[in-house]
Amino acid sequence: MPQLDPSSFAPQLVWLAITFILLYVLMAKLALPRIGEVLEERKKRIDGNLDKAAALRAEAETAKAAYEKALAESRAKAHALTAAAADRAHKEAAARQQAVAATLAAQSKAAEETIATARAGALSHTQSIAAEIAREAVRKLLGQDIDAATADAAVKSAAAKAN
Amino acid sequence: MSGTVAGPLEQFEIKKIVPLEIGGVDASFTNSSLFMVIVISVVTLFLMLGMRRGALVPGRWQSMAELSYEFVAGLVRENVGREGRAYFPFIFSLFMFILFANMIGLVPYAFTVTSHIIVTFALAALVFLGVTIVAIAKHGLKFFTYFMPNGAPLYMAPLLIPIELISYLTRPVTLSLRLFANMMAGHTMLKVFAGFVVLLGAFGVAPMAIIIPLYILETLVAFLQAYVFTVLTCLYLHDAIHLH
Repeated sequence: MPQLDPSSFAPQLVWLAITFILLYVLMAKLALPRIGEVLEERKKRIDGNLDKAAALRAEAETAKAAYEKALAESRAKAHALTAAAADRAHKEAAARQQAVAATLAAQSKAAEETIATARAGALSHTQSIAAEIAREAVRKLLGQDIDAATADAAVKSAAAKAN
Repeated sequence: MSGTVAGPLEQFEIKKIVPLEIGGVDASFTNSSLFMVIVISVVTLFLMLGMRRGALVPGRWQSMAELSYEFVAGLVRENVGREGRAYFPFIFSLFMFILFANMIGLVPYAFTVTSHIIVTFALAALVFLGVTIVAIAKHGLKFFTYFMPNGAPLYMAPLLIPIELISYLTRPVTLSLRLFANMMAGHTMLKVFAGFVVLLGAFGVAPMAIIIPLYILETLVAFLQAYVFTVLTCLYLHDAIHLH
C-alpha cells in the first residue's frame, strides 16, 4: 500500500502545511469577510426595507384614520346643513301658507260682504219696482190712483207672505 | 492485474514532480502537492469569483458560495455555540479543503489528497491539538475534570478515568481513519470495477452499470465524510469550550 511508505510522509506533510496555512489565510482574510459583508449588506437592506414598509404602513394607517375622521365630520356637517335647510323651507312654506290663507279669508269675507250688500240693494230695488208695477197695474185696472206708501206696504206684506 | 491495466492501488502512489530538500527534510513537489495546490486554488476561485459581483440578489454561482458559508456557519453555531465564531475560519477552511479534495479526487485520473492516512492524520492531529490547547487555555487545570463524568460515584473513577482518557486520545485516530478508509476504499472499489470493464471487453457493460450508481454513492460519501469530519471537529470544540 503506497500510503504506508514512510518516505512519502515528509513531502506530504510539508505541502499540506503550506497549502492549508495558505488556504486558511485566504479564507480568513479574503473570502469569508467578502461573503460575510455581502450577507450582512443583504440582511441590513432587507431589515431596512421591512422597517420602511412598517413605517409606510403606519403612515398609511394614520392617513386613513384622518380621512375617515374628515369624512365622518363632513358627513355630519352635510347632515346638519340639510336638516337646517329642510327646517327653514318647512317654516317658510308654513308661513306662506298662513299668509295665503289669511289673504284668501279676507278676500272671501270681502266678497261675501259685497254679495250681501248687492243682495240687499237688489232686494230693496225689487220691492220698489214691484210697488211701482203694483201702482201702475191698479191705475190701469181700476183707473184709480193709490199712493206710493200704500203700494209699498202691500208689496212688503205680499213678500213677507211669499217668504 | 495484467500489465495493461493498472492495479487498484497504483492510483495512490506518490510521484515526485520536482525533487526538493529543505534543511534535510524531503519537501519534494509531488502529485499529492500538485493536487493540494489545485484544491486550495479551486476553493479560493470558487468563492472569490462567485462573490466577485457581491450582488444583492445572488446568481447561481454566488448562491453556492453563500450556501457553503452559511452551511458551515450553521454547523458552528449549532454545535459550538456563539463562542465558536472565532474558530469559524479554521473550520470553514477544514471543511472546504476536505470537501474539495474528496470531490476533485473523484475526477478520473485525479489524485485524492485525502486518501493518504498521513494527510488525514495530520489534519486530525491538528484538530486534536488545537482543541486541547483551547480547552487548557480556557479552563486551566479544571480541564482534567473532563475525564471524570459529572455525577458518577467516586469509586467508579479508576474505571471511568482510563476509559474517558482512551476515548479522548483515540479521537485523532478515529477521525483520521474514518476519512482515509472511506476515501481509499471508495477509490479502490471504483478502480477494481473500472479494471473489470476493460478486461471484460463487450461484457464490460455489466460492471459499467455498477460503476454509475457507485460513483454517485462515492460523491455522496465525499460530501458526507467532509461533513462528518467537520461536525466532529465542532463537537470536540464544543467539549473544549464548555467541558461536558
